[in-house]
Amino acid sequence: MNVAITIAVVSPDAPPDTHFGRAAAFLLVDTDSGQRQVAANPATSAPGGAGVQAAEFIIRQGAEAVISGSFGPKAYDVLAAAGVSMYRADAGTVDDLLRRYQNGELELLDGMDNATSKSRSRR
Amino acid sequence: VIVAVASGKGGTGKTTVATSLALSLAPHMPVQFLDCDVEAPNAHLFLKPEIEQRTLATLPTPVIDEQACSLCGRCAEVCQYHAITQVGGTVLVFPDLCHGCGSCVINCPEEAIREAPRPLGMLESGRVKAGLEFAHGILNTGQPLAVPVIRQLRRWKPPRPDALMIIDSPPGTSCPVVETIRGSDYILLVTEPTPFGLHDLRLAYQLTQHLHLPAGVIINRDGVGDEGVRDFCADHDLPVLMRIPLDEGLASGLAQGIPLVKLRPEYLSRFRQMYERIARGRKEPA
Repeated sequence: MNVAITIAVVSPDAPPDTHFGRAAAFLLVDTDSGQRQVAANPATSAPGGAGVQAAEFIIRQGAEAVISGSFGPKAYDVLAAAGVSMYRADAGTVDDLLRRYQNGELELLDGMDNATSKSRSRR
Repeated sequence: VIVAVASGKGGTGKTTVATSLALSLAPHMPVQFLDCDVEAPNAHLFLKPEIEQRTLATLPTPVIDEQACSLCGRCAEVCQYHAITQVGGTVLVFPDLCHGCGSCVINCPEEAIREAPRPLGMLESGRVKAGLEFAHGILNTGQPLAVPVIRQLRRWKPPRPDALMIIDSPPGTSCPVVETIRGSDYILLVTEPTPFGLHDLRLAYQLTQHLHLPAGVIINRDGVGDEGVRDFCADHDLPVLMRIPLDEGLASGLAQGIPLVKLRPEYLSRFRQMYERIARGRKEPA
């Protein structure tokens, strides 16, 4: 399983970032092999549409699940349309979050509070 | 002739100056007044026009034909604003990110995208009195794109050759201001004699230089602050066309929606003389 965690600095030791769209980077973790890789977020200082751009990026990176403090409504729509699961990171280090994710202890966002009525999906 | 009233800093008195200039000149020449501060239009509070016409300001926004779409993702690739994205078996459109550029429509190989008008705001026009016509734009609440509303307002009410057009600009020096003042013949920069006023006057002056527009300065709330604005104007050959002293009685009258020239009728002739000075300067370039 490929999991992405938003992190606050472009570094493998970085703490988690509380926002998805404008996070500094993503830590991409392959939970099967344990392999970790840092990818800078191209949308971190985008003038607009950062959430959409970050979501597009993380989907291209092959993430199947994302862990972040919060997701904006547009990012949520894009990730949900791509079938990426979103988990809320409340507290703790990257390792804490990963352990709790693997134990099924993180909150899975179901979209009730997040989806925006302004975007239109199809199919 | 188009005279735009701009400022850089907000709250310096743009609308006070623009409405009083219009009321001073309207008895002598036809005047078209345009309030382009679509995010917070307020000139109508002073001019009290009778609104006779209304029209929607809209922006073309993509609508995708699900049958014709082949999910190639080209639209998402060309969209500079990330207003369209193609993920999995879905194309998502985010209308509030769309700037209406039409790139998605032009680039779609399946001709599966058409544009539908999305309302951004309302344009209104009417008459203050004989010889003084009024129009303004109102951007919808929560809507971030002021520029298309300003552009449509200016197209809706083009300047008439026989009339003087007075434009009340938004504050700042960003896109909405550029859209408002370009094509003008003269820019009146309203400022206050404070370090903050000077800071933004400098930016606004640089903008007029950039657009090659002649400008003059009106110092409002004269008597407060320091001499920075005066020195800046002297150093840059910027004429100080008028000084309006800080006056509490004036402030309280303006707060009730009474125009400056009604509160202090001596300003009628001062504004007329100021306009004559601007008009003379246009005929005899220095």
